[in-house]
Amino acid sequence: MWLVHFWAAVIAFAILMYVVLDGFDLGVGILFGTQTSEQHRTTMMGAIAPFWDGNETWLVLVAAGLFATFPMVYAIFLPAFYLPVALMLLAIIFRGVAFEFRERSTTMRPVWDWGFILGSLIIAFVQGTAIGAMVQELPVVDGRYAGGAFEWLTPFAIFCGIGAVLGYALHGAAWLVLKTDGELRDWAYQRLPWLLGGVVVVLVIVFVYALATGLHVFDRWVSHPLLLILPLLAAAAMVGLVHGIRQRRDGQPFAMAVLSVVFSFLTLVASFWPYMIPYTVTVEDAASPPQSLAFFFWGGGLVVFPIILIYTAAVFWIFRGKVGKIAQGYGT
Amino acid sequence: MSLDPLILSRIQFGFTISWHIIFPSFTIGLAAWLATMEGMSLATGNPVYRRLFDFWVKIFAVSFGMGVVTGIVMAFQFGTNWSVLAAHSGSIQGPLLGYETLTAFILEATFLGVMLLGRDRVSPGVYFFACCMVSIGTLSSSFWILANNSWMQVPLGGQTVDGKFVPSDWTTIITNSVFLRRWPHMLLAAFLTTSMCVSAAGAWYVLRGIHRSEARSMMHWGMGLAAVLIPVQLLVGHLTGRYVVEHQPSKIAAIEARWHDEKPASEVIIGWPDEEKRENLFAITLPPPWGSLVDSGSTTAAEVGFASIPRENWPPVAIPFFTFRIMVGMGLLILAVSWFGNWLRFRGRLETTRWFLWCAFLAFPTGFVAIIAGWVTAEVGRQPWIVYGVLRTADAVTPSLTGPEALATLLGYVIVYAFIYGFGFSYIYRLLREGPTEAGVRHAPATGNRPMQAAGSAETATGRAAAAE
Repeated sequence: MWLVHFWAAVIAFAILMYVVLDGFDLGVGILFGTQTSEQHRTTMMGAIAPFWDGNETWLVLVAAGLFATFPMVYAIFLPAFYLPVALMLLAIIFRGVAFEFRERSTTMRPVWDWGFILGSLIIAFVQGTAIGAMVQELPVVDGRYAGGAFEWLTPFAIFCGIGAVLGYALHGAAWLVLKTDGELRDWAYQRLPWLLGGVVVVLVIVFVYALATGLHVFDRWVSHPLLLILPLLAAAAMVGLVHGIRQRRDGQPFAMAVLSVVFSFLTLVASFWPYMIPYTVTVEDAASPPQSLAFFFWGGGLVVFPIILIYTAAVFWIFRGKVGKIAQGYGT
Repeated sequence: MSLDPLILSRIQFGFTISWHIIFPSFTIGLAAWLATMEGMSLATGNPVYRRLFDFWVKIFAVSFGMGVVTGIVMAFQFGTNWSVLAAHSGSIQGPLLGYETLTAFILEATFLGVMLLGRDRVSPGVYFFACCMVSIGTLSSSFWILANNSWMQVPLGGQTVDGKFVPSDWTTIITNSVFLRRWPHMLLAAFLTTSMCVSAAGAWYVLRGIHRSEARSMMHWGMGLAAVLIPVQLLVGHLTGRYVVEHQPSKIAAIEARWHDEKPASEVIIGWPDEEKRENLFAITLPPPWGSLVDSGSTTAAEVGFASIPRENWPPVAIPFFTFRIMVGMGLLILAVSWFGNWLRFRGRLETTRWFLWCAFLAFPTGFVAIIAGWVTAEVGRQPWIVYGVLRTADAVTPSLTGPEALATLLGYVIVYAFIYGFGFSYIYRLLREGPTEAGVRHAPATGNRPMQAAGSAETATGRAAAAE
């Protein structure tokens, strides 16, 4: 069943791409709320303008990919997070429209600004709580979600939601350091240590909570101690981030932030594997029949997926460099 | 008060898809029209084509953006509200809708960016190629959507094993005769919708005495295409009706409001179907064998009525009965407007016959109304099944979903949609009212896929020009 594993890997990769990419533009959106200078705000928008739309599409790719290849996960996860998912979709719509409309209105601008800020916050928070609730395990009976509307709303999940907001903001600040200069870059540099400190505090509390309450996820680490290399690598990347801030090397904080996201994500995958809904539905349980996986493989996996990757890389290549120095500025 | 999650979910799906469908059904035709304009501009060098292109591409950008935004919601709806359906038929619907997403993704990611922002950055040939690819992308999007929906109408190409559908033959799933009739029916409807909008815009400018040469060209292309396509559509529509007769007896009984088996059958033109009394009130009916002739093309064929269909398998009768007649009525209106308009044009009186110009202008929504009415006929007529004959709608709704949850999200969608559609429509209206201007499009740097920004910068440019006049 290599096809099942192929598609599981593609889905995991798409989720990782989503978090790495949309993470920074959501983070910039969150930081946008703490920036008062209109000029800096416009530059912040400019720093994510060419990317955010493409970044967001990875989320749609995850949803469509899950439906196509692991419909059972799709059919359990979405009902379990019914209200937060709807809230997130509304936030996505509003944020996307706000992005376009703020540029050409002056009287309505505060409304769109708040749509952008709140939209970014809500999207980040919902995603964090979803991970928290998954770690705490969803009630699943006979392959169906069997819980209530607010099963996901636990103190632990809320805490993970706050962690995601801080984490995305950290990612966004690192992006701003990379893409801007002058006053705004200094502003972002100042925020990095505080955000990193906040993320570390959240992670420690999450760790202690998992230990204290004996969450299922913990057994995995006890039985496979070698896997501990992954969180250690994530921690090492955070140290590299601090180093980057100290040396004021503009590229380093973002690179290290990406690495810490990658290793944190791999830590999560290692905690769950082979379960897709921990710890009830495995990858094999959830997969579509081989005929469906193969049908989707020949066009989707073999042709379209590489094109999307190439395109994504091309956009980031075309818009490399600091915002002010890119061709004619956008966002004005 | 009890809130039924099933009813609320159905309202929610109907609401989100009806508002979504407006834009794709418009952009399918518009993309083809833009590719045609660009091709004509390359072939003839006539500047009017370029002005038409620059004008309609702005409207395309906004419409496409609205379609994308509301389409994201659709990608999640099957899981949030219809999780049993998703689990049962994800093996079929998942790949079909997955391919649709990937198609749209590629289209948006690559060629749309070139089309909206890359005029100055690529050669005219490459630019034309990008326009054609965008058009092919919208066509292929509709291919997968219709393949998916046709499978829900007539589930072929596999069977249900342990409560899950297992596909056995993908060739059947994407090339069966049901789908091969419904897809052209949808495409023709989309082209007709755009034709009527383009010719209505032309009529509007003539009535206001502005943009004369562009207006003439819009009416020429819009009405001309509609006049050619509408008879084809009536024929394809008839063939589409034949699949209903063959595969969905309960739907055709509702469309025809036929309560008893008849051989040969009569044909109800109009009336009020009464489910309680099982008869049609105030009905105007053609005598036998008209019903058999229309449904089966025979003077002796037996047609099924509700008497031989178990009560629990009936769809709501009145809705498909009326929406079907609205759809056909819109088709006949399009026929009348486009044929009479062309007759006037050959007589050289089109631009002076003001009452007709008003008709042509007011006919702009005919295509949209026909498409929505047609979809309601197909979807409500399929009830009580979500996958015809296999899975009931009532069994497909998410088991854990409660009434208050479904109501909360429905209200959320209604409020947010009202908001963004309010702005989106007013924006399109402003673009249309202004019409094609000489200023042309100011091309922003290629920011990849930001359709609405393209329209935005274009609008600032033309707005400035208008203010300077």
